[in-house]
Amino acid sequence: MFDWLPYNTQVVLVGVTLLGVCSGVIGCFAVLGRRALVGDALSHATLPGVGIAYLLAGGKHFAFMLLGGFVSGLLGIGVLSILKRFTRIREDAAIAIVLSTFYGGGIVIATVIQAQASGGQAGWDTFIFGQSVGMIWDDAQWIMALGLVTLVIVALLFKEFKLVAFDPAFAHVQGWPARAIDFTMMLLLLVAVVTGLPAVGVLLMAAMLIIPASAARLWTYRLSRMLFLAAAIGAGSGIAGALLSSSVALPLGPCIILFAALFFLTSLMFAPERGLLARAFQRRRDRIALLADLRAGKEPI
Amino acid sequence: MSQFAFTELEIQRAVLTIGVAAVCSVSCALLGCFLLLKRMSMLGDAIGHGVLPGIAVAFILTGQLTSLATLLGAMVFGVLTALLAESLASSNVIAEDSSLGVVYTSLFAIGVVLVSALRYVDLDLNCVLMGQLVLVPRNTIDGFAILGVEIPVAFPTMLLTLVLTLAFLTVFWKELKLVAFDPNLAQSMGYSPKLVNYLLIALIAGTTVSAFEAVGLILVLAVLIVPGASAHMLTDRLAPMLIWSAVFAVSASILGYFTATRGRYALDISGMIAVVLGVQFALVVLFAPRHGLIAKWWRNLLLSVRIAEEEILATLFRAEEAGVVVYSLALKDHGLSSWVIGYAHRKLIKRGLLTTNEAELPTLTETGRHTARNLVRSHRLWESYAGAVLDVPADHVHAIAARIEHYIGPELQDELATTLDQPPNDPHGKSIPPK
Amino acid sequence: MQSSLSSAVTTKAPKLASRISILDVHDVTVAYHRKPVLWDVDLTLTEPCLLGIIGPNGAGKSTLIKAILGLVPLVSGSVQVFGQSVASQRKSIGYVPQRESVDWDFPVSVLDVVLMGTYGSLGWFQRPGATEKAWARQCLDMVGLSDFADRQIGQLSGGQQQRTFLARALAQQADVYFMDEPFAGVDAATEQAIIVLLRKLREQGKTVLVVHHDLRTAPIYFDQVAMLNVRLVAAGPTASTFTDENLHKTYGGRLAILDRLSQAVESQTRTR
Repeated sequence: MFDWLPYNTQVVLVGVTLLGVCSGVIGCFAVLGRRALVGDALSHATLPGVGIAYLLAGGKHFAFMLLGGFVSGLLGIGVLSILKRFTRIREDAAIAIVLSTFYGGGIVIATVIQAQASGGQAGWDTFIFGQSVGMIWDDAQWIMALGLVTLVIVALLFKEFKLVAFDPAFAHVQGWPARAIDFTMMLLLLVAVVTGLPAVGVLLMAAMLIIPASAARLWTYRLSRMLFLAAAIGAGSGIAGALLSSSVALPLGPCIILFAALFFLTSLMFAPERGLLARAFQRRRDRIALLADLRAGKEPI
Repeated sequence: MSQFAFTELEIQRAVLTIGVAAVCSVSCALLGCFLLLKRMSMLGDAIGHGVLPGIAVAFILTGQLTSLATLLGAMVFGVLTALLAESLASSNVIAEDSSLGVVYTSLFAIGVVLVSALRYVDLDLNCVLMGQLVLVPRNTIDGFAILGVEIPVAFPTMLLTLVLTLAFLTVFWKELKLVAFDPNLAQSMGYSPKLVNYLLIALIAGTTVSAFEAVGLILVLAVLIVPGASAHMLTDRLAPMLIWSAVFAVSASILGYFTATRGRYALDISGMIAVVLGVQFALVVLFAPRHGLIAKWWRNLLLSVRIAEEEILATLFRAEEAGVVVYSLALKDHGLSSWVIGYAHRKLIKRGLLTTNEAELPTLTETGRHTARNLVRSHRLWESYAGAVLDVPADHVHAIAARIEHYIGPELQDELATTLDQPPNDPHGKSIPPK
Repeated sequence: MQSSLSSAVTTKAPKLASRISILDVHDVTVAYHRKPVLWDVDLTLTEPCLLGIIGPNGAGKSTLIKAILGLVPLVSGSVQVFGQSVASQRKSIGYVPQRESVDWDFPVSVLDVVLMGTYGSLGWFQRPGATEKAWARQCLDMVGLSDFADRQIGQLSGGQQQRTFLARALAQQADVYFMDEPFAGVDAATEQAIIVLLRKLREQGKTVLVVHHDLRTAPIYFDQVAMLNVRLVAAGPTASTFTDENLHKTYGGRLAILDRLSQAVESQTRTR
């Protein structure tokens, strides 16, 4: 289908499609669980780990960097939950603290990398801004493997995730390990973040999680449909963004997010029932009907 | 030793860089305290990201980076970010946090695309994001010097921002306090919380953008919230909180500068200041005198030692009363660890309340007996109260009283006695000792 | 489906008939930080009943239910259901949480929510099938919401949301139900419908514990009451327990000293 494109772009397309699907699906649970900004904190929190892994491996070792990002993301989750449970620091402040200090640490490590190996820096800074050019077949394989594992887990645990996201206390009373299930959702969020880093970058990864899910939410009242829609919007923005990025030589991450934002804006305007236009029309219809009733001298029930 | 020696040029550079970083950090930290208290911490983040398209647009229109237009563009987009997020949240289609997330990431993406599209001109994304504190001393005002030192361009800008911030805080002090604490009350008293909010947001946006070039987005984000959070761990009042946040901001600027520049590699100064802020916060979370984790743990430990002491005294007193000999002070059923009991025991001996008799067994001294009598009086009065007034069955009152007696002071003891008409016996028929 | 329901009831019936008490709350104390919320509460139910838990605001009514269900940690004490730990009896417990405890904008339909009641009998990874769906519809029918099965939960009125929760609890096919303020914010008609349903459950030999704060209706609705104000003031048959004296003890100023005490506890633990 895309064989008119260079091989590298084809690889990128496959990668970003799966990435869009995966972050769309996980993003739904993040958005519904009021964890949209936690996703942002986690994506920034991965940076020091990615950098340290780069230093330890002495170069761009893709899987090792992802692992490093995962570990420091876990640390971020740990700090968030300690602050929330044991101190007077509120969740919003805790998120901002983790985000900014971990990110600062990441930048400091970035300068170490810069100082250490001249020219070896290539491949590292893609994790900050995100880039597609660096995406070669091996990297894409990792992204696909992680994305598929995530999707399989969500498919298997759909019922459990839905229950815990909606009513954790009820889940606990029914005998489900609600906390463990919740933590699994958090881990998948982290996996999605780490998977997306090399393509989209630390700065915009959260958008990949939040925007497609929020757009999908406007169209439907069913969780399953919301997941499919978010996946479709994520994949669509991924493909469109990658094509735009390769044709006008702009960075991949922002291009993807631009299309996602476009999807969101369209949904916000035109979605049936929840869209702004639909709601304005509904209000107008209600008003006309009410006024008609009033003039006809109808009694309210 | 040699690495601690400074040349005159280094000192000059250090003073200038730290000066800019500290002045900028202080304005951010002061304003950030209000975001923190209003539970809008992530709004700082959102504004920080959302101003980027404003800078880009202003740059496209004027072709200059350090102009009033940039400042205005950034302020407009900062306020726009907050406004859009708020109206999206209040239209009830999406939750509050997602609204904020959607708005600022989208705006930031637009900004990055604009800046990337303009890359042939002199607006470096790296510079905006990470700041160029290293370059601060080199970028000086032409032909302007104080005491022979050339002043960097960034310095007067940041100083002006700080002055504006301080003026804003002084003028709107009462309003800010009221709005942060109780927006509804403020509204009913005729102070528009919205107006105050948006003034605050505009000021934060302005500070953010004037800080951008010097310190970068990353330090702005950290310095808006982290010093305030550290300060909040130390104090419960607003004015000291602001002062502490400024202290943290300044000390982090100094420490961050030297850690970044005096090591083997020249590290990113802004990033290092953010890391130092994080370390400060971690230390405060651990060691803060009232709200810190260790202080909390220590208070609980002290309390269990006191409970153990009182349990030992009461046990011995009851044993004396009943004419039984106490061989061991295990006190297992109170959930106290043997270490705590041992420590309490030694402390009682030291305080002269406990001694060892001829048979090497623990006994009460005269003072100890007095204290113990008082405790047992509290315990039995409480038992009587629970039995008589609260209708708790006699076989249950002991368990409750055994936990509660540790909290009954002399005043409450008197009140219990009066309520019960100075009863002679507790529900078990044991006599209540006099005061 | 009806037959399988009734068979489920009969197979569980011998458990009720035996001498084991249905619920045994022993010496339960719960505190938030150092402030006691429940103090040494004992409550034993040996016969199936419709029990109202009443008491003033902040008396720990909801906390008692949450403590029984293991949703808040106990400082001391123990809870048994049918003579065994609550964890091992999850399948015989039904729960109706407070309406505000969930996000009603969550993208699920009314039927979806009721189906969640059947999750307890499904294992990991297993999805609800046709049998479960038919049963959930039947439960919806019992609360009079059949026509709303495919609505999004956010479109329901307060009373309908409450009935959805009730249907979900019915779908659990439990023996003991715990309901946290099921009458809060519902209209009079819904309140009547709910109480009729609760009485039906009681006739089927189920036990229902209801957190309730309307003193006027309490003696009409419940055959047993538990009067709570941090500690259990009284518990037993409504006729003999719901007396002026107990009401005064529960709601009156007699607990001023307890208040002062919890203040003393708090101030000492905070400032020392």
